[in-house]
Amino acid sequence: MSAAPRTIRFTLNGAAAECVVAPHETLVDVLRDRFALGGPRESCGQGLCGCCTVLVDSAAVSGCLYLAVFADGAELVTVEGLADGDTLHPVQEAFIEAGAFQCGFCTPGFVLMTTQLLAAHPDPSDDQIRHYLSGNLCRCGAYPQIVEAVNLAARKLRIG
Amino acid sequence: MSETKTVSVGQIGRSLPRVEARAKVTGRAEYVHNLRLPGMLWAKIARSTVPHGRIRHIDTSAAQATHGVYSVVTGEDILRVIPDPYFGPAFHDQPILALGKVRFAGEPVAVVLAEDPKIAEAAAQEISIDYEELPAVLDEVEALIATTFVHEALKPAGMFADLKHLAGKRDTNVALDYHLRRGDVDKAFASADHLFEHVFRTPQQMHTPLEPHCAIADATPAGVTVHSSTQTPSSVRVEIARLLGLPENRVRVRAAFLGGGFGAKVYVKMEALAVALSLLARRPVKVALTMEEQFFTISKHGSTFRIKSAVTKNGRITARYCEVIYNGGAYADIGPRVAQKSGFSAAGPYDIANVSIDSYETYTNRPTAGALRGFGMPQLVWAYESHTDLVARELGLDPVEFRRKNLLKDGLPQATGTVLKDTATVAVLDRVVQRIGWGQPFDRGRGSLRRGRGVAIGLKASISPTTSVATIAVAADGSATLYCSTVDMGQGSTTALAQIAAEALGIEAEAVRVVLPDTDVTPYDMGTLGSRSTFHMGHAVRRAAEEAKAKLAALAAETGAPEGSNLPIAELFRRKYGMQAGTIVGSGSFVPDYVPPDHATGLTPNATPYWMTGGSGAEVEVDTETGHVRVLRLVNVADAGTPINPRIVETQLTGAAVMQLGFTLSEEMVFTDGQLRNPSFADYKIPGIRDMPEFLTGESVAARQESGPYGAKGVGETGTFGVSPAIANAIHDAVGVRLTELPITAEAVYRALRRAAGDPLPEER
Repeated sequence: MSAAPRTIRFTLNGAAAECVVAPHETLVDVLRDRFALGGPRESCGQGLCGCCTVLVDSAAVSGCLYLAVFADGAELVTVEGLADGDTLHPVQEAFIEAGAFQCGFCTPGFVLMTTQLLAAHPDPSDDQIRHYLSGNLCRCGAYPQIVEAVNLAARKLRIG
Repeated sequence: MSETKTVSVGQIGRSLPRVEARAKVTGRAEYVHNLRLPGMLWAKIARSTVPHGRIRHIDTSAAQATHGVYSVVTGEDILRVIPDPYFGPAFHDQPILALGKVRFAGEPVAVVLAEDPKIAEAAAQEISIDYEELPAVLDEVEALIATTFVHEALKPAGMFADLKHLAGKRDTNVALDYHLRRGDVDKAFASADHLFEHVFRTPQQMHTPLEPHCAIADATPAGVTVHSSTQTPSSVRVEIARLLGLPENRVRVRAAFLGGGFGAKVYVKMEALAVALSLLARRPVKVALTMEEQFFTISKHGSTFRIKSAVTKNGRITARYCEVIYNGGAYADIGPRVAQKSGFSAAGPYDIANVSIDSYETYTNRPTAGALRGFGMPQLVWAYESHTDLVARELGLDPVEFRRKNLLKDGLPQATGTVLKDTATVAVLDRVVQRIGWGQPFDRGRGSLRRGRGVAIGLKASISPTTSVATIAVAADGSATLYCSTVDMGQGSTTALAQIAAEALGIEAEAVRVVLPDTDVTPYDMGTLGSRSTFHMGHAVRRAAEEAKAKLAALAAETGAPEGSNLPIAELFRRKYGMQAGTIVGSGSFVPDYVPPDHATGLTPNATPYWMTGGSGAEVEVDTETGHVRVLRLVNVADAGTPINPRIVETQLTGAAVMQLGFTLSEEMVFTDGQLRNPSFADYKIPGIRDMPEFLTGESVAARQESGPYGAKGVGETGTFGVSPAIANAIHDAVGVRLTELPITAEAVYRALRRAAGDPLPEER
């Protein structure tokens, strides 16, 4: 914890942001501590559960393993940045309509990963859904409803 | 102005989305995990490295000297603010930090406080603890006969009257023994056509809620506030008040939404430590565990279940003996209740004239075990439904027909003597059979891939007697606010209780706001556990709403509204107060009737206000070359009474089944010499989306609990009951081998296949 802190600049949910971080600090800690974001959450601390998911230049990363200094110059999106004002993102709408969560703690990670899945595969197969979401864990076991939500979101996005 | 409209009927049975759905998908739902208070310190825990030992010396000097450390606290320091720092819901046996002794590897011994949690964490590793190691007892069967004792004497808490007789008992590792004696089992065994006896085991497992346990305490001269990820805010308040010698009203316990609970967060967990630390530091303190630390905080009991049945040549079970030994770990927690309450129904959902049950809660030098989605039921159903299948197969009977012949039906007394009422055992089994296609031809596989099917059904008594209280305030625009201490940990209670309140008030559920638990304003509730909230709190909420409605009717009469005029609620307030002003408050409470079991026989005419029954059917494919099991289809059926919110009930059922799938196929806390080897998701595998069966259903049968609020009953645990034995039975059907221990890993199946082929692996020869 002795190495010198660095100033990093990035876009956070569409707005310019900067902060001073120590080299050991993780992205999830920085977003929570400095920017008061509660959507990314550290749970397993090993990059296995997906609760800390953050989109870095449109790619989902585990915020608990991703060092904040690497975010310098990047475009960051957390679940807080998905909705357009009061209008939810179609993936968020689909998760509500399909009842695709119980406790909701893992939901931001699933929602963000689903946006990445649908960007790559607008009409995903069941195997593609399982492949993309295999790094997100839901202890409440809402997986059947999550699959339903992903398909619903895909339809919403295709219709536009 | 927005006014709430009166609606006639229809809030029950509505599948409206969770009221907090929008907050959850936008990441804005409140969890204590996200809460920070100004001036807050973080606590990080140094834990025992030995399973059993006397503490000779704790050297905190290096930690104290670490830059940025506020203070280091040991058990001795806790005594300065809490002179008798032992807590627990059933027994006052657990010290806030270890005092003199440690009883499991991973027990909290000392704490570092710092403004930066990373500094606290690093400094905690600098604490050096010297132990005089003692022999450890780890296995539950061994605990019964061991001469090593985890505790010097038993210290029942007094909260439960039926534990009082255990006070002061010495030289035992048995924290509770429950015995049921019905009929004459010995005589029936002596004259039996057939006798069958088997032993089944389950390992210690963990809830792993994704929001790890956390609590923030803020102790001030006016009193103590605790923000906690707790399922039991009222019970935590009672216990913290007792520890501090304060009246209840000086202790405020708040809960937000929980990132999962499953029984991990019942009763005091991190709250007492946070309070003690805040008292010592005179600042707010947050104790937030890591996923790894949760494994050392609470777990699900490992168990050994010996079951023996007498069966006639016609396939009627005439007698059954059950010896259940639960591995409770180092502290009792709620384990004694698990052993007792599950003891009621250890013999299963069958009509058996002669039953004998011995159910034991043991202390061992392992992390503490408590309740996990069923209060022991998944362990029991695993054993008795595996046994049931084996008996049927050995007698050459169809496993479903054998169950039907013996199934307990409405109107018949269960083993305790309590008569089954509004319990859809028959409908549940029928629906499982239909859904899985039992008796119909199916692809049995070929070559090394073999398929089979299995079913299982369980029956559980609710945890009784327990109290719930609710208050409803109707505002002058007709909107209503519900105050209750039920915690929404994902089961959807906020939504279901809003629906019940709305139904009773005659308004739409959307017009009811539910206040999250805060003991300063929400009245007492025993806890969100044991699938009790829909029934118990549901009744309290219904009564509170009915009282408010009666007051509104009185207001209508007082203000001259013609009878049956159905004026908008807002109009009544305007007539009374001349403007939008005033509040009407209704309150309600509920505690069901209950007769404690006779101490000698364990019998009672009223063990539970309602019975829960659920069953599962599984179709599996076993790879005989690798032992790998794929669950192709898993159907789950429950009696939920009349579901308040059918969609949420369905999600509860599939979710419970998914969780139990993990407990069946992969999850096991692995120990070597009392040291837990796999406290992380890297080594403790919970189900992911790739583990989902291709066909997975959860449904409730048409049923009605006449004594329930609008015909409803609890359902949170029911989906777990049948999963494990249904899968083991399907494996037996597929490849002819029987697994008697969970989890059913590929290795376990492969070893069993080799044994069955007369070619066991070399180390087993």
